[in-house]
Amino acid sequence: MTSYIVRRLLASIPLLFVVSFLVFLLSRAGGRDPVDAILGEKGTPETRARVTREYRLDRPILVQYAHYLGGILTRGDFGVSYIMQEQPVGEQIGRRFPPTIELATAAMILAILIGIPAGMVSAIWRNTWVDYGVMGVSLLGISIPVFWLGLLLIFALGSQFPIGGNIDPSMIIEPRTGFMLIDSALSDEPGAFGDALRHLVLPAMTLATIPLAMTARITRASLLEVMGSDYIRTARAKGLTGFRVVSRHAFRNALIPVVTLLGLEFGYLLGGAVLTETVFSWPGMGTYVVDAVFQTDPMAICGASIVIATTFIVVNLAVDVLYAFVDPRIRYT
Amino acid sequence: MIDKRKLKVLRKHKAAMLGLGLLTALVLFSATVDVFSPYEPGHMDQHRVMEKPSGSHVLGTDDTGRDIFTRLGHGGRVSLLIGLAAVGLSMALGVPLGALAGYLGGWADLVVSRILEVMLALPTILLAILIAVAIGKGMSALIFAVGIVGIPQFARQVRGSVLALREQDFVQASRALGASTLRTLFREVVPNALGPIIVLATLGVGSAILTAAGLSFLGLGVETGTPEWGAMLHEGRRAVERGPHLAIFSGLAITLAVLAINLFGDGLRDALDPKAEKKA
Repeated sequence: MTSYIVRRLLASIPLLFVVSFLVFLLSRAGGRDPVDAILGEKGTPETRARVTREYRLDRPILVQYAHYLGGILTRGDFGVSYIMQEQPVGEQIGRRFPPTIELATAAMILAILIGIPAGMVSAIWRNTWVDYGVMGVSLLGISIPVFWLGLLLIFALGSQFPIGGNIDPSMIIEPRTGFMLIDSALSDEPGAFGDALRHLVLPAMTLATIPLAMTARITRASLLEVMGSDYIRTARAKGLTGFRVVSRHAFRNALIPVVTLLGLEFGYLLGGAVLTETVFSWPGMGTYVVDAVFQTDPMAICGASIVIATTFIVVNLAVDVLYAFVDPRIRYT
Repeated sequence: MIDKRKLKVLRKHKAAMLGLGLLTALVLFSATVDVFSPYEPGHMDQHRVMEKPSGSHVLGTDDTGRDIFTRLGHGGRVSLLIGLAAVGLSMALGVPLGALAGYLGGWADLVVSRILEVMLALPTILLAILIAVAIGKGMSALIFAVGIVGIPQFARQVRGSVLALREQDFVQASRALGASTLRTLFREVVPNALGPIIVLATLGVGSAILTAAGLSFLGLGVETGTPEWGAMLHEGRRAVERGPHLAIFSGLAITLAVLAINLFGDGLRDALDPKAEKKA
């Protein structure tokens, strides 16, 4: 097992190199002069010369990349975003990442709490109107564009819930952890926690839709497959009640594919739910990338994408490793 | 592959037929919208912007006074075309890649698998955004971006099927008869792996439409002014204070199209899945 984990860890290192290089290339493509792109065509000759020196822009692209990566690995330095407020990209990402984690976690909790029971109900009452109803809604859930659903929720519930950002802008919350729910609970501002929570409701509902629908579908399919197996028939033959068969025998085995799916989805959501965050102006990684794209800020695009890809790879790795613990049938050599 | 029996299963699949009907209706609407509508999709009437649905404009007008009904029809052509073309591109690249990786194994498999891993290391929409940033705006750029991000799905599916088929007798027989590797692969192996590819392609059109609409919604899709559902939703969101109808109708069109495709695709999978035959 340890050797498996070590091997997977080692294998993800070259993957990270290749992905980051690809992102580096894509963010610098488009045929513009790199100095212009980084400075937004507004630099004085001195700044231009400094930026050229700083990012080795007069050298081949591989040298530029190696220098850039070296900065990240040795100093956590993602360069400076000259276009978006002239701040270090690393600092900007540091502020944007916690809100994304917060939103993704809230969405996952909704998906698990509603999706798994919905899938179970559907499997138990298979081919009844309950099943058709749940599966119909799930199919709608994966068919509906999340950004449209977000807009509909704003139309329908926008008067009850605050829209935009993760806290009332008039409230001054000291960013201790970056997680608004925690920071607002720690702050002296009256009603801050409730306000943060209310800001979270609609974005979390929107973001939860796809993982929720997929969880329900997978739970149903997986449970039905397990219910058809011999050991379930044995359990039934012993005279156990239907509920006990499902809860004690079938459910745990049926959960394995669900756990994989949830891990994968969580990785996606942590990657910045670009569309949901845009609809609700959520100050996370997704809106950061979109802002960077619209202001054509290559340093910000590149840094954010590398962080997102790294998160995604690490989460997937963690899911695979977790898998080995959850499922005793899997033996890694 | 699709014999009469499977077709019969499909025809009895109520959800699939509902999807097919819905999809046909949408295609017919898009194709014939000009017959019902006196307006040009690009015609702007500055005196009648963001009008609510009425007798003269069945679904109202948008923020530049264009008829939404007409634009939805033309948008359907664009959105469905983008979906189909993007999936075509994903298949054209993904199927041969996956087939070669699965059949040849060794270094070919290694190289292809690593490429796919790299592509899968970025969330779909982010990869599409990065490609769109690199190659610019416009319809062909959009098709390219959405098509590229769809490659791994096809390649993985085909690789898996080919791996399973590779050692079967009829493949060995083809090789024993002296057929070349490529001939064996594309004349014997791939045709036998077509079922799952068809299902994936069908469902893929739905997700391609969603990804493309997402990019257009962000403003990274088609050129401004092109009637496309995602772009209309983008305009609808911008004008939402003056009336929600543009956002509602364009989003509804995307949802109906994707739902129809998913209904049909699920039915197709049930019909083509050998395990499902017993149930039917």
